[in-house]
This record gives sequence, C-alpha cells and structure tokens, in this order.
Amino acid sequence: MTELDLARAQMAMLFAFHILFAVAGMGMPVLMVIAERAHLRTRHPVYAELARRWAKGTAVLFAVGAVTGTVLSFELGLLWPRFMAFAGGVIGLPFALEGFAFFTEAIFLGIYLYGWDRVSPRLHLASGVLVAIGGILSGIFVVTANAWMNSPAGFTLADGRPVDVSPLAAMLNPASATETIHMTLAAFAASGFAVAGIHAFLLLRDRENLFHRKAVEIALAVGCAAAVLQPLSGDMSARFVARNQPVKLAAMEGQFETEDGAPLRIGGIPDVASRTTRYAIEVPKGLSLLAHHDPDARVQGLAAFPRDEWPDPVPVHLAFQAMVAGGTAMALLSVAAAWLFWKKREGLFGRRFLIAVALCGPVGLLCVEAGWGVTEMGRQPWAIRGIMRTAEAVTPVGGLLLPFAFFSLLYLGLGAASVWLLRREVGASPFFPAGSRAADPHGTEGKE
Amino acid sequence: MPDSATLSAGCILASLVLYALFGGADFGGGVWDLLARNPGAADRRRLIASAIGPVWETNHIWLIVAIVILFTAFPGAFAVVCTALFVPLTIVLAGIVLRGAAFAFHAYRLHEERGAGRWGAVFASASLVTPVFLGVVFGAISSGRIRATEPLAFTGDVTLWLSPFPVVVGFLTLASFTFLAAVYLIHETDDPGLREKFRRDSFRSAAALVFLSGLTLALAAVDAPEFFRALTGGTWSIPLLAAEIAAAAGAIASLALRRYPLARACAAAQVSLLLIGWGIAQYPYLVRPDITVSSASASPRTLRLLLGALAAGAVLLFPAIFLLLRVFKWEAISGTPRRP
Repeated sequence: MTELDLARAQMAMLFAFHILFAVAGMGMPVLMVIAERAHLRTRHPVYAELARRWAKGTAVLFAVGAVTGTVLSFELGLLWPRFMAFAGGVIGLPFALEGFAFFTEAIFLGIYLYGWDRVSPRLHLASGVLVAIGGILSGIFVVTANAWMNSPAGFTLADGRPVDVSPLAAMLNPASATETIHMTLAAFAASGFAVAGIHAFLLLRDRENLFHRKAVEIALAVGCAAAVLQPLSGDMSARFVARNQPVKLAAMEGQFETEDGAPLRIGGIPDVASRTTRYAIEVPKGLSLLAHHDPDARVQGLAAFPRDEWPDPVPVHLAFQAMVAGGTAMALLSVAAAWLFWKKREGLFGRRFLIAVALCGPVGLLCVEAGWGVTEMGRQPWAIRGIMRTAEAVTPVGGLLLPFAFFSLLYLGLGAASVWLLRREVGASPFFPAGSRAADPHGTEGKE
Repeated sequence: MPDSATLSAGCILASLVLYALFGGADFGGGVWDLLARNPGAADRRRLIASAIGPVWETNHIWLIVAIVILFTAFPGAFAVVCTALFVPLTIVLAGIVLRGAAFAFHAYRLHEERGAGRWGAVFASASLVTPVFLGVVFGAISSGRIRATEPLAFTGDVTLWLSPFPVVVGFLTLASFTFLAAVYLIHETDDPGLREKFRRDSFRSAAALVFLSGLTLALAAVDAPEFFRALTGGTWSIPLLAAEIAAAAGAIASLALRRYPLARACAAAQVSLLLIGWGIAQYPYLVRPDITVSSASASPRTLRLLLGALAAGAVLLFPAIFLLLRVFKWEAISGTPRRP
C-alpha cells in the first residue's frame, strides 16, 4: 500500500465508523422526544421508561460521535493538509455553523440527561427537541461540505488558488440540496429501523411486553416515514448526478459505453478489462428512463471520459446496488407496515412481520455505509471534483501505517464496547404487561 | 478597530481561553481521578464524575470552535500546523477519543456498579496525557522552530516539537488544568472532608503551576528567544505580569481563607491571563516566525461571513450555556446552596 492508499484507508475507516454514530445522533433524539411527548400526553409510565432508556443510548452514541467527529475535523488537516489549505477559506463556513448546531445539541443533551428532576417537564421536552434540531442541522451543515467536493462552487480558480471566494455560494452549491435531503432521510430511516429491529428481536422472545411494542411502534413510524420518501430523494439525487457528475453515474450503473436508451443493470460485476458489466439483469431503456426521465435519452459511459478520471466502477457499482437493494427492501417493509397498521394495530406484532423487522434492523445502517461509499469512491480520483486530485491533497508526512493501525484498533475497541454496553442496557428490558386495557395507553391492544 | 483577520485570531484566542477554563478543567478532573488514593478515593471519583457529567461535551466544543476558525480564516496555517505537528496532534486526538468515550462508558456504568472500573482508569490516564501534548502544540508554534516560507511548503522535520520549550509548555498546560479542576471541585460538594482534600490539592497544583510558569519563562529565554523577547519586551508585559501575580496571589490567599467563589474567580483569571499573554506575545504570528495573521488569512469576504456567523451564533449560544450552568453549576459557582 502506498502512503496515499494508507491515508485514504484511514480516512475511510474514520468516516465509516463516525457516520454510524452521526446517524444515531440525528435519529435517536427524535425517537426519545416522541416517547417523552407521548408520556406527557398519556401519563403512561411505559413512555417515560422508553424516553429514559433511549436517552441513555443517545448519550453514549452522541459521546462517541462527538469525539470521533473531533478526530475527523483534525484529520482533514492531518491527512489532507493541501486540501484544507485550498478549501478551508471556501468551505469552512458550514463547519463553523455546524459548531453552533453541535453546541446546541451538547448543551441541551446535558440538560436532558441530567435534568429530569431539575427542570420543568416543558423545558425538559423542549431541550430534547433542541437536541434533535441541533443533531439534524449538524448533519446538514457537514454534508454541504461534502456536496461542495462533488460540486465545487463559490470561487474562481487562479494560479492554483481560490480567488473571488463566496462561502455562501460554496455552502449552497448545486449538490447541497439533494445530498442533504438524502442523508437526513437516510439517518432517520437507519436509526428508526435499527431501533425497531432491536426491539422487534426482543419482542420475539417476550411477546407480551408493552415496552418493546411501543418502542417498535415509535421507531417504525419514524423509520418507515423516511424509508418511503427515500426513493423519491434517491431519484432526485440520481438525476442530479447524471447531469452533474456523469462519470460517477456511469460507474454506479456499470455503464462503459455511451448509449441512447441505456438499460438499467440490476446486479452484475463491472469488468474494466473488457469494458462490460457481466451477469447483470438488464431492464431495457431503464437507466435512460430513471436518469433522465426519457427512455431514449443518451447516457454517457465511462469511455466518454479520460481513463485517468475514472472512479473504480467495481466497488462503486456494487455499493450502489447494495444501497438500492437495501433501500427498496426498507421501503417495501414500510408499505407493509402501514398496511398492517391500517388494518389492525395488532398486525404489527405478528411473528412473521416482527422477524422481517428484526432482519431489516441493520439494513439502514448498511445502506448508509454503502451510500457513503458510492459518493466518496465515485468522486475519485478527485478530492475536489475537477479541481484537486486526492493524490495532490495528501500529507507529505510518512509512516501513515502507524496511525492507521492505531486508530483502527482503537475504534474496533470503541465499537465493541459501545455494542456491549448498549446490549447490556437493552437486554435488561423492563416488563410492562400488554393485554390489559389498564396497562395500555391506547386501549387498543388485543390479546394474543 | 482591528482588521477582520486580527479579529478572527482574537476569536481563536477567546475560544481557547474558554476551552481552558471549562474543557481544561474537565481534563484536570480526570487527573485528580487518577491521583485519588484511599481512603475516600471512590467518593472523590464520584464527585468528579458528577461535576463533569452534564457539561463536558459542551466544554469540549470550544476546542472544535477554535480549530474551525483556524482552518476557515487561516487555512494555510492550519495545513502547516497539521503537517509539522502531526505526531503530537495525533496523540491529542487519541487522548480526546479515549477520554470522552471512556468517560461516557464510565458514567454509564456508575448507575449500576458505583465505582471506577476499567473505563475510569482509561478516562483518567487519557486526561493526564492529552493536555501535555496539547500544550506541546502551543509551545511548538511559538518556539520559532517551524519554518514555512510558503503556506504549503512545509517540508521540515516532524519531530521539531521535541525540544525543551514546547515540552515545558505541555506540562504548564497540564498544571493549569489540574489547578483549575482542584479549585472548581471544592465547591462541587458540601462534604467538609472532601472540600479540605481538594483545597490541599489546590495548593499542591498551585505550587506546580507557579514553578512551571517560572521554568517556562526561563526555558523560553534559551529555547524560544524571539517569543521570549516579545513576551517580556512589550509595554503591556509588566502590567500583565503584575496582573498574573496578583491573580495567583489572590487565588492562594482566598484558598487559605476558604473564600472559595473568590478563589475560583482568581484561578480562572490566572489561567486566562497566561493564555492571553501567550496570545499577545504571539501576535501577529500564528506560527512563528513565518506565518502571520495577515499572510495566512482567507479572503476578506470569508472572514466577514465567519465573524458574522460567530457573532450570530454567540447570541444564541451564550444564553443556552448560561442556562446549562444555571441548572447544574449554580451552587458551585455562587456558593449559595440550591433552594429545594
């Protein structure tokens, strides 16, 4: 591995780890606030218990997210000093705004976690709402910076430096809208499904426990709402990429040659040597239809671009396929959930459906990783598309194997510890019997 | 009215002062956790954890604010600092991750097990190491050893920070944070025994701080001569030194008289003055002797927007921080017990 590979591997590892916690930091507070609001409305203790437990989970996930996010803000400079020297003055603004969103999150999470008995119930709930808003805004600000790398704007290039800089135009670059919507929905879908999956799994062993039933209801409501909207956002993103980064689209779809009425490839493995994507199921004219909303539209293939500006289509295509497959599964499950719920509230707690929810638990998070992989690997070889190559951005400091190995081990330990602690916490589930009307806040539960 | 680059540098310094006063003290708390000995170690550790718990994440963000202003307003300087100080910064990051995550895990377990445990040990050791390397970074950028005539052209040795002045600044930082924590912690409890212990710790760390301040000055004279001249040769130097000595004397005297709120204020003033003195002496350099506030600054429009965003953010932020402190720290700061 070259030093560049090591720097990329380290950055990818740091991001892949952090993004899971960042997503939880966006989604979990929403769940916790819904539970607390339900408690204030119904006075049923099951919701208070849910809010407290989810708050604890949020606390650990947020803490790990906060410190791993700090690492990233430094590593941008440690691993990519030339990128930061170029980009800092252009795209620093959203990071500064993110700082304030992050402050809001941290301050009100402190009040939320430690203030159950110290502040009024209204201030407590309001604190939770502010944590959620802070989390969502943090995510949005950071993603605008990534959007800028895909779609640089807000400066003129003169002699290798940015001049005539407009940080607002950089932040509101053309890719910002589609990327931030897609990422925000992904965060809600992933955290909603992950939480629903855990509680569905526990519910399979503890069928009557109202605690897990209410948890599944709230988490599914959030996760499903996001998951059914996500395909629309995905369509917007794909059409944007088709116009703005056609070479990335070509890699995502395994499209080597420029083609009118290009087919949509489901599955398949791109083969760079023969310039074909093998073993794919091809839907005639599907890609042209999806990418340009016109079955005969021309789709540029990789061959239309210089070879040294290609991303590697193999991981990009595979990650893209994985993301789309996972997203589709979640959207279908969401429709099924809505149908079951509409027919009969009890329908959500049938054994087969709970198994499906439990199986879908990790899918959202995997989709987040895959989608992040698509946007990052699909932008290569550029750090800033068309402006600065990743190879030009890397640090001159050598011996990057050491920090890579060190942080990998550290994060492996952190990840294991987080899972172990949360497992312990969830495993000790409090029992609230279902079945009796007195115990059920809505009185709509049937008997099993 | 200073220009916008100077104002941005001033915002970095202000964030660093706030980070030292709040976040620094949290690291100091970790050091006292590490140094806690029986009898009573468990009580002390519990007190430290409950004092830090609600606020440490908020306090930590001041460092992020400083770094974000640095890379937005002075991107070239950020690139040079990150390259030349790759090693100490990486250690700082590892420390930040270990300290924060371990504390979260540790605080989590306290509910069930009451005790320090493994996470407590990780939290405490990381609290000891991180401030030293953070201080090394500040010592190194004032030492005059990092040469970069072009913002991107740093090709020097990445071990330049291994020299007496940066290292002693590292220990000075550690002593400052530990001192602040000891003084703050006195009023976090109404147990007279614990208070006396932290009062004794305050004296011990005050002595270390005074000794290291003198040693830093002496080593600056030999190892960072230009910085030393700037620090001692200004018209502001004598008044600042006088204020520094007054704050230190005030802190020690009020500790002796058990006037704890006053001791808090004096200790905070003492550490702030140390940093402010460093900042004034360092000005107009960001990285001595080649990178200045004006040579590394981003475009004027970026600076104006950044300052606008910081001002707008501050208007929202300070009432929120006030609320946080009002809810959790009022008794400790004002010395008046909470009304039930």
